[in-house]
Amino acid sequence: MTAGTAVMILTIAAIVLVTFVALSAIFFIWLERKVAGRIQDRLGPTRAGGKFGWLQTIADGIKLLAKEDIIPANADQFLFRLGPYLAFTGSFLAYLALPFSRDVVALQMNIALFFMLAVMATEVFGVILAGYGSGSKWALFGGMREAAQVVSYEVPMALCVLIPVLVAGTLNLNVISQQQAGLFWNWYLFHDPFTFLAFWTYFTCATASCKRAPFDLAEAESELVAGFHTEYSGLRWSFFFMAEYGSMFAVSGIATTLFLGGWHTGLVPAAVSDWMYENLWVLYVLVSVAVFIAKCWILVFVMMWVRWTLPRLRIDQVMTTCLKYLLPIACTLLLGASLLPLVWHSLLPGWVKLPFRNPPAFPAAPR
Amino acid sequence: MSLGDILFWIVGLMTALCAVMVVVTQHIVRCAIWLLFTLAGTAGLFFLLGLDFLGATQLFVYVGGTLVLVIFGVMLTATGPFIQLRAGAGEWAIAIIVGLLLYGLIAVSWMFADWSKLPEAALPDDPKQMYHTEQLGRGLLGDTSVQPVSALPGVPGKPRAAEKQTGKLQPPPSRQASAYLLPFEIVSVHLLVVLIGAAYLARAKRKRVVAASQ
Repeated sequence: MTAGTAVMILTIAAIVLVTFVALSAIFFIWLERKVAGRIQDRLGPTRAGGKFGWLQTIADGIKLLAKEDIIPANADQFLFRLGPYLAFTGSFLAYLALPFSRDVVALQMNIALFFMLAVMATEVFGVILAGYGSGSKWALFGGMREAAQVVSYEVPMALCVLIPVLVAGTLNLNVISQQQAGLFWNWYLFHDPFTFLAFWTYFTCATASCKRAPFDLAEAESELVAGFHTEYSGLRWSFFFMAEYGSMFAVSGIATTLFLGGWHTGLVPAAVSDWMYENLWVLYVLVSVAVFIAKCWILVFVMMWVRWTLPRLRIDQVMTTCLKYLLPIACTLLLGASLLPLVWHSLLPGWVKLPFRNPPAFPAAPR
Repeated sequence: MSLGDILFWIVGLMTALCAVMVVVTQHIVRCAIWLLFTLAGTAGLFFLLGLDFLGATQLFVYVGGTLVLVIFGVMLTATGPFIQLRAGAGEWAIAIIVGLLLYGLIAVSWMFADWSKLPEAALPDDPKQMYHTEQLGRGLLGDTSVQPVSALPGVPGKPRAAEKQTGKLQPPPSRQASAYLLPFEIVSVHLLVVLIGAAYLARAKRKRVVAASQ
């Protein structure tokens, strides 16, 4: 395959993915309102679009498009304009390496997980620029808090991600998912106690890295008006929300792939799904993409559930949670996960032949 | 000229433009942003060349580094006299001379390097020969029998019999002893020096504050 063909394929994939990100953001904003309403014993949106108010986000979108685009006189024009695009780019680029089904991925990479973490780390830059470029104290405080929070939470998050990687022996998300084929006890969530605990730690850190409540200090309404996006309006403002909901889905996708079996239902044996892949490819892809998206949606729903259940922490509590609790937990889990195979293989007495499930040999990724 | 070449030129030119803007811009935060784009553009070039790991590492390390730079640039100097960086004529002259010397060094070494002697791609096609993290870990601990095969450029290894005869580099066979441990240790010691230096600086500062308050 020449570079030209690869670029063409990648462009088409990128167009499909950007549509997916935008549409799922529309869906998530509607879902967020419905979930918030139900948890607070309200109905949520009911009017727009008839039943369940399903047109509410579209109506909001039209309102945002029609709004005046204001740039404050104090703002640094260049940085102010740049912020939303950088935030969205960081969140969107992660999708390029996220496998939705077996070999259904825009960019087949051996280091897909590393790539996703690297590009998602750039999202915070958009927030900092927005905070600084707005020329407003609220926004600057929001941006600074965001920077401190995200830089801190990236450490335990990356350590937690390493634990299933230790088990799998690869960073290729496609292969990691394929190793978890079959019934649900093959999922890395149930591989050993350390991966089980790592999932919950990862999910907490991921919630914080998406700046979702209870860690949404960057946009704390009660103290900072709206935090880093105080001065934004219209479409620029909505880019931040597309980025937020996009990265929520992306971190849920990482969690699904690493711990929850990826696109595998966990209900049929590996032989059956392999047979489907060989003979009924279209059906296999449709079902598995639907399963993957459904799993991610469930995780996103849990994030919303948490948001409307727990109160917001203070900034010092956020940092304490990360540096005094999550970081030692993540380090302990990583140490335990590294030592477990050694203990299992060498330190147990010879007559104890407990089976330690190693992942099947991983194939090379097709380029 | 294929599409890949055109993209390479576009990304390369944009990276170079951003690098020039880093030097020309006087506003410290904007300067950091142009630096970010320069480094991200370099990562893009790596991706275009198929060096995924290098590109992602570039993004991870340098974008995070620039982020910390921006935070400290804004926090420590935004209200101070350093928000506008103006270089004097003498500084410009020194910078241009150093830059030209570096450019000359790179150009000369590029012109006189023998590009035909590059070793073959080190990754095997056979999936059974792919490396596990365990092998890498044991290799780092000095177990030469399991080390990944790719010979590091710049690290002297034993010339093999075939290379001695033909004078050409061969694609490395498996179990070729090449030391990953030495570069790893050098990096570790470097990081340790940086950590001690940072701790020393932070400590000296606090002492001065205490002395001033008394």
